[in-house]
Amino acid sequence: MKELSLNILDIAMNSVKAGAQHLAIELAEADNELTITIRDDGCGMSEEVVRRLSDPFYTTRTTRKVGMGVPFYLLAAEQTGGRVHIDSVPAPDPRHGTVVTAVFRTDHIDFTPLGDIISTVTTLIHGYPDIDLTFIHQFPDHTVRLATGELKEMLGDIPINSLEILNWIRDYLEEQYSQKEG
Amino acid sequence: MKTLEELAQLREQMKAKMAIRTEEGKLRVVVGMATCGIAAGARPVLNTLAEEVSKENLTDKVSVSQTGCIGICQFEPVVEVFDGDSKVTYVKMNPDKAKRVVAEHLKGGKVVQEYTIGSSNV
Repeated sequence: MKELSLNILDIAMNSVKAGAQHLAIELAEADNELTITIRDDGCGMSEEVVRRLSDPFYTTRTTRKVGMGVPFYLLAAEQTGGRVHIDSVPAPDPRHGTVVTAVFRTDHIDFTPLGDIISTVTTLIHGYPDIDLTFIHQFPDHTVRLATGELKEMLGDIPINSLEILNWIRDYLEEQYSQKEG
Repeated sequence: MKTLEELAQLREQMKAKMAIRTEEGKLRVVVGMATCGIAAGARPVLNTLAEEVSKENLTDKVSVSQTGCIGICQFEPVVEVFDGDSKVTYVKMNPDKAKRVVAEHLKGGKVVQEYTIGSSNV
C-alpha cells in the first residue's frame, strides 16, 4: 500500500464485514510515534483466528485463497520498528468486538506516509452510511474530530452518503486540518 | 468556517431534491474495494466517479456504490456498470479512465470498449 490511510481503509473494511454498528478510527501523533487504533463492535474473532491473521495464506473468504490485509498492515508497522496488537472478543459475549492497535515510528526511513486520510473517512461513510463512525486525529496541540452519529441526527432522513453531504464532510475535515497548520 | 448550522441549511436545500430521487431505473456503478482493489488504487477511482457523477448532475440517473473482492484481483481496480440485467466490466481503472467512463458511458450512453475486460488491450 502506498499510503497508511489505505491500510486503515482496508482494516476498517474487516470491521464492516464483521457487522460492526460502531467503528472508531483514532490517530494519535506525539514524539515521533503515530498510534492508530481501529475499534469495532462487530462479531469478533476467536483466539485461534486472531493468531492466524498474520498468515497471508489464511482467509475466511471464498473468492480467493489469500488474505493480505493484516499482513500488509503488520509489515507497514514493523518495518518502522513499530508493532500491531489485535484484541478481540467473539460474540455471543456482549462485549464482542475487535481493537486493532498499531504503532509506527514516524522518523523511520521506512515509514509509509499517512496520505489522504480524509478520503478514507469519506469512502467509509459513502459505502457504509449505517455504521456510526467516529474519527479522531490527535496532535499534541490540535484535535480533528468527526462523529457521523451527530451528523445523522442533524440530517434526519437525508442520507449521509449523498454526494452533497460527503462533499461537506470533506470540506469540514479539511478545514479542521488547516486550523492545525494555521 | 464549517458549522453544523451550515449542515442544517444544506439539509433543507436537499429535502426538495431527495423527494424526486429514486433508485429505480438507475445505472448502478460498483467499485471493488477489497484489499486487492484498495492496493491497486480503487479509492481514487471511486472518489473520481462520485465527484464526476455529482459534477455532471447525474445523481438522479446514476448510483455509485462499493463491493468486496469481485474475484479478478489481477485486473483491479475493477468497476462494474449495471444497466438492468446487463453488465459492463471495466478493468485496470484509474481516475482519468474513470472520468472518461462518466462522460462517455454514464452520460453519453456509449460503452468505452477499450477499458472493458473483453478488450485486447488488457
